[in-house]
Amino acid sequence: MDSKSINPEQVEKPKTPKQLGIFRWFTTTIGRVLISIFVPAMTFIILWRGFVFLSDNKAPQIILVLVAIIWGVGGVALLYLVSNWLVEKLPKPWTRRLQPFVFVGPAVAIMGWFLAFPVIRTLIASFQGPLSMTWVGFSNYVFAFTDRIMLETFRNNLLWVVFGTSFSVGMGLIIAVLADRTKLEVLYKSIIFAPMAISFVGAGVIWKFVYTYKGEGVGIQEIGLLNAVVLALGGQSRPWLNIPPWNNFFLIAIMVWLQTGYAMVIMSSAIKGVPAELLEASRIDGASEIKAFFRITIPYIKGTIITVTTTIVIFSLKIFDIVRVMTGGNNSTNVIANEFYLQRFTYGNTGRASAIAVILLIAVLPVVINNLREFGKGRKGF
Amino acid sequence: MRRHKAKKRLSSLLTNGILIFICIIWLVPTVGVLITSFRDSQNIFTSGWWRVFPHREFVEVGEILIDESVDVDGPITAEGITATFDEWREGIRLEDGRMLTWIGNKRARRIAVQERQWVGFETDLTLDNYRDVLTGKTITFKNAAGNTITRQGNNLSSAFLNSLAVSIPATIIPILIAAFAAFGFAWLDFPGKRALFVGIVALLVVPLQISLVPILQDYTRLGLNGTFLGIWLAHTGFGLPLATYLLFNYISTIPRELLESAFIDGASNFTIFISLILPLSIPALASFAIFQFLWLWNDYLVALVFLGERNRVLTYALASIVGEKGQDWHLLTAGAFVSMILPLIVFLALQRFFVRGLMAGSIKG
Repeated sequence: MDSKSINPEQVEKPKTPKQLGIFRWFTTTIGRVLISIFVPAMTFIILWRGFVFLSDNKAPQIILVLVAIIWGVGGVALLYLVSNWLVEKLPKPWTRRLQPFVFVGPAVAIMGWFLAFPVIRTLIASFQGPLSMTWVGFSNYVFAFTDRIMLETFRNNLLWVVFGTSFSVGMGLIIAVLADRTKLEVLYKSIIFAPMAISFVGAGVIWKFVYTYKGEGVGIQEIGLLNAVVLALGGQSRPWLNIPPWNNFFLIAIMVWLQTGYAMVIMSSAIKGVPAELLEASRIDGASEIKAFFRITIPYIKGTIITVTTTIVIFSLKIFDIVRVMTGGNNSTNVIANEFYLQRFTYGNTGRASAIAVILLIAVLPVVINNLREFGKGRKGF
Repeated sequence: MRRHKAKKRLSSLLTNGILIFICIIWLVPTVGVLITSFRDSQNIFTSGWWRVFPHREFVEVGEILIDESVDVDGPITAEGITATFDEWREGIRLEDGRMLTWIGNKRARRIAVQERQWVGFETDLTLDNYRDVLTGKTITFKNAAGNTITRQGNNLSSAFLNSLAVSIPATIIPILIAAFAAFGFAWLDFPGKRALFVGIVALLVVPLQISLVPILQDYTRLGLNGTFLGIWLAHTGFGLPLATYLLFNYISTIPRELLESAFIDGASNFTIFISLILPLSIPALASFAIFQFLWLWNDYLVALVFLGERNRVLTYALASIVGEKGQDWHLLTAGAFVSMILPLIVFLALQRFFVRGLMAGSIKG
C-alpha cells in the first residue's frame, strides 16, 4: 500500500485502507487482476514454448540438453518468483496468510500427486481387473498368495532380505572394526565404498562377466573369472546363473558387493563414537579385545546397527535392477519388484501389478509407523 | 613387554592381511572389466582378461603333417606315439615338456608342436571398443585376424548427454522446491502445518512401485511419456520427501536471532530465504545434491518406465546392450565403463559430502 499518494480521504483517515476512493480502488483492483493474470500467463507461455521446443527434438542434441537444463531449473525459479511477487502485492494480512503456501505449496502438491494419492489409487486398482474396468474383489491378492511363481518370488525375496542384509551388515561391521585399527583406513574404506557410486546395471555387467560360462569342448577357454578359478582349483566350470536355487545367491553376492560399503561407512563413524575410556577400562579389567567388542562396542552402536539393517532390508525388498539385467527373473530368480514390472508392462495386468505394489507397501509399513512414532517423540513442540 | 609388542605386530599384520584380501576381491571384478574394455574383441572371446599379464602358456613352435595315406579313423602314429584322433586332439604331453595337439578337424591332418613359454604383456590393446559403443554411426575396423568388420555403433554418447539432461535438473529442482518447503515448515506459521509434515515423514519409505501405475496413466493422458519434463517431475516427486525432511532438519537449527534481526530490518520472507537461508544451508544442499545426483545417474527403473526408448539414458542403453548382445563383452565392458566414469569421479572427489548425506538419510524409501 503506497500511503504517500495524495488522496483526500486518506488525509482524513490515513490508516484505514477501506476508506479509499471507490474509483481508485476500482482501477488498482483491475490493474492488479490484469497483472496477476498477465504475468502468470506469460510465465506459463514461456515455459510451454520451452517444453514444445524440447519435445520437437530437431536441434543438435547438446543444445537441446543445455536448453533443457536452463529451462527446467530456470522455470521452477521463475514460478516461485512470480507467485511470491503476486502474494506480496496483496493486502498485508492476506500476504501473511498466503505466503506460507507459496513456500510449502509446490512441494506438498507434487508429493501429493506423485506419492500420497497414488497410494489410494493403487489400492483401488488392486481390486480391479487387468484394465481397471471391472471390480474383482480380492482375486488379485488371492493370485499373489497362491500362484506358484508368486510363492517362489516371495521365497527369493526372503533370501535377499535374510542373506543380503546379514552379509552386507556383517561384512560392513567387520571391515569397519578392522580398518579402524590400521593406518591405511581411508584407502581400505574407499575401495569397499566405491561400488556405491556405480549403477546396478553397471554392477550387473561387471558380475555377469565374472559369472560368464562358455561350456566344455576342445580348445575352449573360460573367460569368466569364477569359472577360471574353479577350473584352476580342479573343479568343473558351470553356468552359475542357470542353476536354481543357487543362482539367487550369486545375484545376492552382487548386492553385498554394492551395499557393504554403505553399512561400513555408517557403522565406522558410530564405532569412532565409542568413548575410548570405556574400552580402556575394560582392557584394564583384563577383558580380551573380542570380549570388549561384544560387551562395549556392540551395545554402544546398537541403534546404528538397527538403522542400517532396516535401510538395507527395505532396499532388498525392492531389489529390481540386478535381477532385471542379470536373469530377467528367469530360472527361479524372480523377485517381487520384477514380477510387478512383468505384470504391468509385459502381461499388461494393472490389477495384479497394483496388488503386488500394495503388498510391498504393507511390507514396509512397520518402518513407516516406527518413523512416525520417532518423529512424534522427538518434536513435541512442533 | 617385547612379547606384547610382537603380539601387537602380528595382529596388525593379520588385520592388514585380511583387509587387503577383501579389497582385492572387491576390486578384481572391476579391474577385469576395465582391462577387457581395451582388448581386441577377438582376444576377449578366446582368452580370459588375466592373460594380458605375463604368463606361461603353450606356444606353437612347429608342426607335423599327417600323410594322406593314414586312416584318421584308426590309430595315428607320429613322433613315435600312437594314439586315436580324440587323444591327439586333447593333446599329448612329451617327456621333454613339449605338447603335441591336433589342430582343427580330421581333414586338417595337422599336429602342432607346442612348447611352454613365457608370454609378455598383451600389446594389441585398442580404443575401438569405446569408439564402437560411443558413436551412433556405422563404423568399420579391422579385428585381430585382419578382417574388416562393419558395425552399427551403440550411440552411448547420446545416452550420456541424455543422462546429464535428466540428472542435472532433477537434482536442482527438488532441492530448490524442498528448500522453500523446509523454510516454510521451519519458520512460518500456517494451519495444518504439523499434519502436512507428518504426512511427509510417512512418505519417506513408500516404495516407488506404488506410484508407477497411476502416474503412468496421468502421463499418457498429459502426453508426458518419454519427455524430460515428465521424468524431472517424477524424480522430483520421489526425491522430495527425503529432501524436505533433511533440509528441514538443517534449516530449523539455524539460530533464531540471526533471522529475527533481519525481520526487524523489514526484510520479507522471500528476501530472507534467498539472501540468508539458502547461503547458510549450502553444506546441507551440497550433501543432498551429490546423493540425489548419483541416485539419478544410476537409476534404471524410473527411466525404464517414464523415458524408455524415446530418450535413452545410459542405464537404459547399457541394459539394452545386455539384452540384445549379451555375449559381446567388448561392448558391454566399454559401455559399463562409460556409464561408471562420471559417478566415480563425482564420488571420489566429493566423498565427504556424500557420506554426510548418507548419514542424514539413512532411512530412504
